[in-house]
Amino acid sequence: MEGFTHLIPFAAGHEVIRQRRKYLTLIRMTPDLVYDQMIGMGCASRLVFSWGGNPGVGSLHRFRDAIEKEWPVPLAIEEHSHADMAARYQAGASGLPFAVLRGYLGSDIPKYNTSITSVTCPFTGEVLAASRALNPDVAIIHAQKADGKGNVLIEGITGIQKEAVLAAKQSIVTVEEIVEKLDAPMNSCVIPGWVVNYVCEVPGGAFPSYAHGYYQRDNAFCKAWDGISRDRNTFRAWMQKHVLDTGDFAEFRRSLSADRQVAHG
Amino acid sequence: MGDRAYTSAEITIIAAARKLKNGTVCFVGIGMPSAAANLARATHAPDVVLIYESGTIGAKPTVLPLSIGDGELAETADAVVSVPEIFRYWLQGGRVDVGFLGAAQIDKYGNINTTVVGGTYASPHVRLPGAGGAPEIATSSKEVWIILSQSSRTFVERLHFVTSAGQPRPSESLATSQKPLIRGRGPTVVITDLGILAPDPLTSEFTLVALHAGVTVEEARAATGWELKIAEHLEETPEPTVEELATLRDLMARTAEAHGQERQS
Repeated sequence: MEGFTHLIPFAAGHEVIRQRRKYLTLIRMTPDLVYDQMIGMGCASRLVFSWGGNPGVGSLHRFRDAIEKEWPVPLAIEEHSHADMAARYQAGASGLPFAVLRGYLGSDIPKYNTSITSVTCPFTGEVLAASRALNPDVAIIHAQKADGKGNVLIEGITGIQKEAVLAAKQSIVTVEEIVEKLDAPMNSCVIPGWVVNYVCEVPGGAFPSYAHGYYQRDNAFCKAWDGISRDRNTFRAWMQKHVLDTGDFAEFRRSLSADRQVAHG
Repeated sequence: MGDRAYTSAEITIIAAARKLKNGTVCFVGIGMPSAAANLARATHAPDVVLIYESGTIGAKPTVLPLSIGDGELAETADAVVSVPEIFRYWLQGGRVDVGFLGAAQIDKYGNINTTVVGGTYASPHVRLPGAGGAPEIATSSKEVWIILSQSSRTFVERLHFVTSAGQPRPSESLATSQKPLIRGRGPTVVITDLGILAPDPLTSEFTLVALHAGVTVEEARAATGWELKIAEHLEETPEPTVEELATLRDLMARTAEAHGQERQS
């Protein structure tokens, strides 16, 4: 799943949790709340990432608990930098076996990651970082619009989603709405329908992240998550009530707003 | 420090903002770097170019972003590009004057740790978010500024993990016969709540070059995990001007309101 602090596919992540998937290798440049939820519910045995935090708030407590205390299950990690992860997706999308970048100079990261090594430029002799291409089994992203043919339009901060879709063997795109005509401005970020396997209409599917042009991020939720996720039991109870005991994302939203109305009197 | 008319955080941000010259191209980290860069833009440096790793070039936010990918960054930017492009063409391409980073820990050469503290890499006592864009920002920018609170926990003799490289030690630069370890000048300044440090031209060791008003050398020494060297001509950071303080407080108040949080004092 990708979404660089925008258009994060929360609805899809919740469905993965509802279906009780286990032993997944999760890949994401910026694992944040939805990955914290998936990790805390034991969906993942491995995480490939470059920055794991709750942006502007602090730690991801479930991510930390999994790495520091192996709760609820051990989580193996493979860690890169942003520039490298982006280059690895590009290599994967380009059909190349590895990515090249001027990266990790003086950093300890490659010592702990066998997917990163070095390559010598055949023309200049410069030693550059080489990193294994990324070709996920499935890429899941969220976007603003798709048309009936599955052409997908992404607007605003486009992040790494296009590369993730093109690097993956299969792709699923959730969208705010399916429209008759995409009306995409020329040169905008459009992923043609014939490289997309599935499109699902899930209005609000990026909540509590945002969808440019549709709704803003729910910063209050991102802050509240710090408290919900800090304690294992509080976290489990919250996930049970709002995710496992709800049938879909719309029901999750209703369940959450009912709780919030109570909290605000 | 109790009778000052401003907080430690305020003088840190103001001292950092003053260093940013108008027209500088600055790759901005979230948090204190973003606060300082935007204060500079609102005061003496209206044409500073702010680049955030979410792909926003020339962002001109009216409130500080909570995350690196807030919608306002995209709306106010001169251009919004993909994540691979921001790292490849703009950062690695050598177009960034100042890479402005926060850090969890640094050592006397300006190496940064944002990965793990204590224990082992696989089983750390504290798991931090990881690298993000920092390893390549630290080595591809023409120079690097680091901003963080100074204490014996953050200024350490020996890092558990080097996420992003600092100044090469003199012995390393001599041993590296062909090419310097990093392309730019590396970290050239560290700004803290106590004062400002810069690398000694001979030893590359970060040395105290300025103290904020009311801070003593003893306090700075006590808040440093290595034997802190003091510059021969130790300067004092000028007190914040009325304009600087008012502008910063306005910015923080607008930010707090926009993100729906209690005003921080």
